[in-house]
Amino acid sequence: MSERENIFGRIREALKAQAPLPGLHAHASTQTTASAPRQWLPKVSGSFDEQLALFTKNAAGLKADFQLFNSAEEMRQAIIRLRDAAGWRRVAGHSGDLTNAICPVLNLPLLRTDKAYDVHELEACDAGISECDALIAQTGSVLVTNRSAGGRALSVLPPHHVVLARREQLVADLPAAFELLQRKYADNYPSMMSFITGPSRTGDIERILVLGAHGPKRLTIFLLAE
Amino acid sequence: MIITLFIPCFVDAVYPQAGISMVQILERLGHTVVYPEETACCGQPAFNSGYWDEARPVAIKVLEQLKNAEAVVIGSGSCGAMVKKFYPELFANTPQAELAKQIAERTWEFSDFLVSQLGVTALGANFPHKVTFHDGCHGLRELGIKKSPRTLLANVRGLELVEMSEAETCCGFGGTFAAKFPMISTAMGEVKCASAAETGAEYIVSNDSSCLMHLQGLLSRQGKPIKTIHLAEVLNHR
Amino acid sequence: MSTFATQFLKQARVMAGDLRHRRTIRTALGNYEIARDKGQASFQNWQSARQLASETKWEAINHLDKYLEQFVSKIEARGTKVHWASTGEQAREIILQIVRDKQSRSIIKSKAMTAEEIHLNAALEQAGLNVVENDLGEFIVQLRHETPYHIVFPSMHLTRGEISELFQRELGSAPTNDPEELTMIARRVLRKKFLTADIGITGANFAIAETGMVSITENEGNARLTAALPKTMITLIGIEKVLPKLADLALFLPMLATMGTGQALTCYNTMYGGPRQPGESDGPEEWHVVLLDNHRTELLADAEQRDALHCIRCGACLNVCPIFRNVGGHTYGTTYSGPIGSVVTPHLRGLQDWKHLSNASTLCGACTETCPVKIDLHHHLLQNRRNAAKGKPVFFERLAYKLFGFVANRPALWVLAKKLGRCGQPLQNLVKGTALDPARAWTQTRDLPPLAGESFKDWWRKRK
Repeated sequence: MSERENIFGRIREALKAQAPLPGLHAHASTQTTASAPRQWLPKVSGSFDEQLALFTKNAAGLKADFQLFNSAEEMRQAIIRLRDAAGWRRVAGHSGDLTNAICPVLNLPLLRTDKAYDVHELEACDAGISECDALIAQTGSVLVTNRSAGGRALSVLPPHHVVLARREQLVADLPAAFELLQRKYADNYPSMMSFITGPSRTGDIERILVLGAHGPKRLTIFLLAE
Repeated sequence: MIITLFIPCFVDAVYPQAGISMVQILERLGHTVVYPEETACCGQPAFNSGYWDEARPVAIKVLEQLKNAEAVVIGSGSCGAMVKKFYPELFANTPQAELAKQIAERTWEFSDFLVSQLGVTALGANFPHKVTFHDGCHGLRELGIKKSPRTLLANVRGLELVEMSEAETCCGFGGTFAAKFPMISTAMGEVKCASAAETGAEYIVSNDSSCLMHLQGLLSRQGKPIKTIHLAEVLNHR
Repeated sequence: MSTFATQFLKQARVMAGDLRHRRTIRTALGNYEIARDKGQASFQNWQSARQLASETKWEAINHLDKYLEQFVSKIEARGTKVHWASTGEQAREIILQIVRDKQSRSIIKSKAMTAEEIHLNAALEQAGLNVVENDLGEFIVQLRHETPYHIVFPSMHLTRGEISELFQRELGSAPTNDPEELTMIARRVLRKKFLTADIGITGANFAIAETGMVSITENEGNARLTAALPKTMITLIGIEKVLPKLADLALFLPMLATMGTGQALTCYNTMYGGPRQPGESDGPEEWHVVLLDNHRTELLADAEQRDALHCIRCGACLNVCPIFRNVGGHTYGTTYSGPIGSVVTPHLRGLQDWKHLSNASTLCGACTETCPVKIDLHHHLLQNRRNAAKGKPVFFERLAYKLFGFVANRPALWVLAKKLGRCGQPLQNLVKGTALDPARAWTQTRDLPPLAGESFKDWWRKRK
């Protein structure tokens, strides 16, 4: 018998005994059975403007830079300003409608990570610029996959991660984000999907918040609202 | 109403004034108090230590004594929890299972009984002191008692209630725990006493004498001025 | 008493008197408590969220065979190699074998409590392999040759000064007390490891049956790098981590973050569904997922305590436990501390040897009240005590309860006992606190109350 069979055998044997029903021992329990997370998670209002306001507030709290642009041209100007303020000398990115429209204006050596690349070259980049699958208002998160954001490392290795997003990518809450993933990728999911909520951080030293533990110290999110 | 009063072992032996106060309060409200004299202990010490076979004979005695009670009132959160929550477990699959269940349904902790069963919130008491309330864990988490003591205290003339930051934190008594792990018990008690002292209260009030016994023991040893008193004694004070 | 129990008592005595330690922990947890409470309040109904989470885990665990089957078939379909380990030793062997096959020279590892549970690092080091922890807290305790202090905050017990001294000693870094500078020192050192490691070992928080994915929650990004850069990735995960559906994460990720760290969501929550797929530009070429039983099926068979397997390892029960807060994580002497540790360790490592952890509790219930998945923690401690007493009653303790019961049930004897007690008290006062004092456990630090001259029973009888 393989270990797999051993383990399944023990599981089936164990489950012959009935366990008490969930959570009912507590005298003050609420009998909610079979409701959806959305009912209990923090409430998110329906309109785009309200969701935008919520995302803006959350991003600020997370110390992520968030900016809204009314045109691709404005976004291009902003990324040039960012390049100069941060002193970028080389950046990494991937091919995409938005990245292709914005990044060339940087006029910097650009490492492409949507095909095979050298990780030491990526390490030498000052910023990683990617698209995303969604922005989530409820938590101020960015949803990326290795298919939409240039691989697994682009959005986590360089010290500055810049995300380019479109208006229709703003969703209300986490349940909506999962619905999106299911609709978009159905049975062919990317092998990595990640919710990024702010720049990398740690509280391991006396619970004091420090940014940029291993992942990016800076997270910049540009939203094209047109 | 005929109210059957169950008196915990340490109330009988160490803090009879708490029990006496309960009798006086209930009689003043016009009820008849019955005390089953052969009860001594609810059986919790053996039960909590896992010796359920040794706890049962003691608990069976209690069941027999309470068998015909219309309403059982217990002046302690921990003994109240023992009878109301744990007797059904202790007697599951035994001949006493049904009796235990019935008695559990007719049992209440003292402050909960006054407020939820008698609808009484004001007792005409007078206790002009600053106090803080310690929520005994069994009463709080097994029986859900939080509001009723405070409702009753709010109507005591001259009394000022200040909440301590650690009101709901365990005092560290825990029955046999206090003797088996005295250093942890003491550390927990110290945290509790410090939190009480921060309020500037003159008294720590609780619905559980066993907690107060532990806290008072620490306070006396350390020569701290804050005193301890059972809720019933405050409510009976004129 | 087992040696573990003796050790626990000894260490507890030391720690209970350590006021500096108590202060450190209180401070460390202070901000967490404020943030956690704020997070709970932001839910539309926290209690309902707990109930839903409890029901979801109940469904997963009580149909574990079905969901585990689904998880494995989905994950294998995309090229992941799944291994089955009935014991910790088997898991170590499986991982060692993979590492040997790859002729690995440098292993990086992100946080995994299951790896602690099976003492994986020690086994790798014994085999002459170099494994570096890359979570900052784990990196710190690894340098100190210590085990993690807390399942979520491994270095919670250390001050910045202690960490600075450690880095100076072990890394040759410049002295600094600034947490940011200390973090950057670790970042620089670990960067090199990330870039050159050939094997990355991770744990995982959840295993999603519906889509065949594991989910990893972290703040630093170290697990994301561990899952992106090395050629071979190994993930060790307990079989109980299963969740039925991908969208269940919409509930569990925020609840884990709220209770674990007081955050709305942890910085990186990442789902992995396979090794590098065709068309993908990076990621491990090979991914091995090691499924660990190690007595979990035994706990599963204990229907009364089965819900202990619902645990999502948030650490909230540790944070509220007054025993944990006073004696600290290391005193428990085993991988999982706090209430959940006290509940499961007897199942993982033997009841009679580890029942003392279940005894070292006042059963206050704060743990059960806080648990996001409503595990009946404090009642399980009571059940462990009952099972231990049934299995191997302690002679004198059992005798004491028998005697007490004998006296309590005979009113005349009860009265006599009180009389004797009252007579004995002045004598006891003479030896109070000394070795001769039978109540020494109490009187060392506390005064005993005097037995009342007139008991309640006396008063009642008088007035009749």
